[in-house]
Amino acid sequence: MIELKVNGASHRFDGDPDMPLLWYLRDLLALTGTKYGCGMGLCGSCTVHVNGGAARSCVTSMKDAAGKNITTIEGLDTNHQHPVQVAWEKVNVAQCGYCQAGQIMQAAALLVRKPKPTDRDIDEAMEGNICRCGTYSRIRQAIKMAAGVKA
Amino acid sequence: MTRIDFVSRRGFLETVFSAGALVIGAQILPDEARADGTAAPAWQPTVYLGLEPDGRVIVTAHRSEMGTGIRTALPMVLADELDVDWNRVRIEQAIGDRKYGDQNTDGSTSIRSFYEAMRQSGATARLMLERAAAAKWRVPASECLARNEQVAHAASGRKASYGELVSLAAKLPIPKKEELKYKSPSEFKYIGKGLPITDQPGIVSGTAVFGLDARVPNMVYASIEHPPVFGGKVKSVDDTEARQVRGVQQTLQIPPFKPPYAFQPLGGVAVVADNTWAAMQGRKRLKVNWELGPNTAYDSASYKRILFETVRKPQKVARNVGDVDAEFAKGGRIHEAEYYAPMLAHAPMEPVNAVAEFKNGKVTAWAPTQNPQAVQDTVAKALGIKNEDVTCHVTLLGGAFGRKSKPDYVAEAALLSRQVGKPVKVVWSREDDMQFDFYHAVAAMYVKAAVDAKGRPTAWLQRCAFPPIESQNDVAARFGGFEQGMGWSDVPFDIPNHRAENGPAEAHVRIGWLRSVANIYHAFAVQSFADELATAANRDRVEYLLDLVGKPRKLDVQSIPLNTPGYGFDTGRLRNVIEKVAEQSGWAKKKSRPGHGYGIAVHRSFQTYVAAVVEVEIDPKGTVRIPRVDYAVDTGLVVHPDRVRSQFEGAAVFGTSLALMGEITAQAGRIQQTNYHNYPVARISEAPRDVHVQLIQNDAPPAGVGEPGVPPIAPALCNAIFAATGKRIRELPIKKTKLV
Ligand code: FES
Ligand code: FES
Repeated sequence: MIELKVNGASHRFDGDPDMPLLWYLRDLLALTGTKYGCGMGLCGSCTVHVNGGAARSCVTSMKDAAGKNITTIEGLDTNHQHPVQVAWEKVNVAQCGYCQAGQIMQAAALLVRKPKPTDRDIDEAMEGNICRCGTYSRIRQAIKMAAGVKA
Repeated sequence: MTRIDFVSRRGFLETVFSAGALVIGAQILPDEARADGTAAPAWQPTVYLGLEPDGRVIVTAHRSEMGTGIRTALPMVLADELDVDWNRVRIEQAIGDRKYGDQNTDGSTSIRSFYEAMRQSGATARLMLERAAAAKWRVPASECLARNEQVAHAASGRKASYGELVSLAAKLPIPKKEELKYKSPSEFKYIGKGLPITDQPGIVSGTAVFGLDARVPNMVYASIEHPPVFGGKVKSVDDTEARQVRGVQQTLQIPPFKPPYAFQPLGGVAVVADNTWAAMQGRKRLKVNWELGPNTAYDSASYKRILFETVRKPQKVARNVGDVDAEFAKGGRIHEAEYYAPMLAHAPMEPVNAVAEFKNGKVTAWAPTQNPQAVQDTVAKALGIKNEDVTCHVTLLGGAFGRKSKPDYVAEAALLSRQVGKPVKVVWSREDDMQFDFYHAVAAMYVKAAVDAKGRPTAWLQRCAFPPIESQNDVAARFGGFEQGMGWSDVPFDIPNHRAENGPAEAHVRIGWLRSVANIYHAFAVQSFADELATAANRDRVEYLLDLVGKPRKLDVQSIPLNTPGYGFDTGRLRNVIEKVAEQSGWAKKKSRPGHGYGIAVHRSFQTYVAAVVEVEIDPKGTVRIPRVDYAVDTGLVVHPDRVRSQFEGAAVFGTSLALMGEITAQAGRIQQTNYHNYPVARISEAPRDVHVQLIQNDAPPAGVGEPGVPPIAPALCNAIFAATGKRIRELPIKKTKLV
């Protein structure tokens, strides 16, 4: 039996311990904000926070998630007003929007580590998150806005 | 899909102005029974609009949202013309239904085809509200004015809200088109200004529903093993181990398609399970014995040789001006070059997927589809049921780029649901997405020119060959159809002797349209070759391009297939975007130097004129960085400037991906790429850092936006790389060439 916390609530899971956290969140908990894009840790669509740090839920197995605190996009902020979310809306970052939950979770984790990120910090932190629609310049702009650094 | 349907997809839309306009006269009136079963609003003056007595306004978004902002932009046009506050508007996504007119969100046509229809819808309701007020107050309708959600009679000072007038207006006859009065552009509240997209809050909070997020009660999950080679079939299956995987319920076969392949499912073996992971795990344990079929000899390396052999010989003439052969025979200075652009996959972030439920002979589907009417047709045909017995709900699309206009995956879900007796969600893995796409065609191009003393062409010959999209519907198709009108037979240069040819090529995989389609390889060859000629002549690229385009004139549209009446091809507008982009990028002062270069390209597609300047930096290791892209865009009337800009920002990235690193190859009929590690797309550090989009104001009718930003990027980037390194890239992707 695996126990874990998702967005503050306790859950127990007795299925396949190799199941990636991604599918547990999506199919079993119906937390579909976390997206599937590649299943190999290549695209960042599935990014969640595990004990506060950004992690790819598609390559995090349930046995690795045991005992951890998981935060998904739905739980990033109770009113969805995390500074990163606010900036994302102000800059109208999203096109299709599919990658954006992962981008936002990644950016929020970056700002915890580096409250005033440089362009280079942003490149390094966001390199693993693909946006096929090509919203990168606005992602950069929104991260800077959320951090209160000059664009 | 029949051949005729296919032609209508592009040919019809491109040749007859405004599918929406055609629809409107006949079908703008509402149906009493709403096919999606929701309660009809109190008053539905048109199929796109409903009003409630409490003042709420319901606008139907009948086109699919895949990132362009169309779910906001079209309803916004209607709301503006009706003159209601956006906060009162509820947007309802339409199911697939022909009453809405064309719903195939493809070919950059949504605004082109439906801008007028939305305005007409708003103006119709507004006039009826004025007439209702006039009847109520017994005054002439001409004295009543509907503005800001209320109708006012100035002389008496009487006012009534739209909501109060709904029941009266509902009893009035629908006015004729000629009676409608439209707002003047100075009265627009939203058109030309824009609004935040309606889905933005759902997207940032993770609550927006994409296809992959659709859930219905009792739903099971399926993952499908498709034939590894296109056209293959299952010989036998051993599913013993697959069925032992925890959560796996059963395995089922999907029959192979009957040629032509059209939008039919590929066939294969499905594993049905309690959740996506179990279905995927079960699939790994399947033992399938395949009959690989007719395409096992398909090999990208040898296919490339065949394409080049084809373009080195005279081929079918797509357009001819003067006599190139006579001019070449005179001798003089000749330039020749060959170009190659590989197959590409769409790779939208959301792989294709669908939920379908078969019940009592009818299908209900929830799908990220660009084309819900094609879902109806395809599912109906696959199951042998009637078209009207298929209801397709359209979710948000996590990117599409043309892939999601082909609903094979929805038919898979429907076929499985009929066998399972439960709703089935089909999920394609990323590997499925890349290995079984409708690929953007590989293409080879040959260009030859004779030039005068100033380096200006006196004759220009261009040949291309690529497996055509028409192979979807015709097994014998070898020549390009509408693709030729995409930057090949409509090359706008002012050259006295000019011939465009197209040679045959056979398709060995499914071919489909991808964002900007054939314009990608055509613009790459034509705009690279123009740069080569400018280099040979030692002339400034901007000045040279303007000289090539020649004096402002209207091109003879008769000779250019697929040019939409009412638009035409105005080389004055093309010149203008070249001049504007040069100005904006500071071209005159920018000097390329080793490791740092500037390149330009210009291309008109989807009736939009686009010039791009790309700045490139190449470090000693050969890594390419793009600090800046400048676009000048003439797309006629702009409805939503921010979303137009964002489409061009995105197109610069999409163009960068295909230019720098995109390539799909086949060996022994199998596609070799599987996921983003071997089919990479641009990441944040590889994408252009700053994209400046200049929208040129004018009153021309609105043109395409989603696609036309893509074609100029690859040639402008390659031209910039040449300026920085002296290396001429004639084969995409660029990563295959060692730059330092
Ligand atoms: S789905 Fe996890 S990184 Fe792509
Ligand atoms: S917004 Fe579409 S993939 Fe990023």
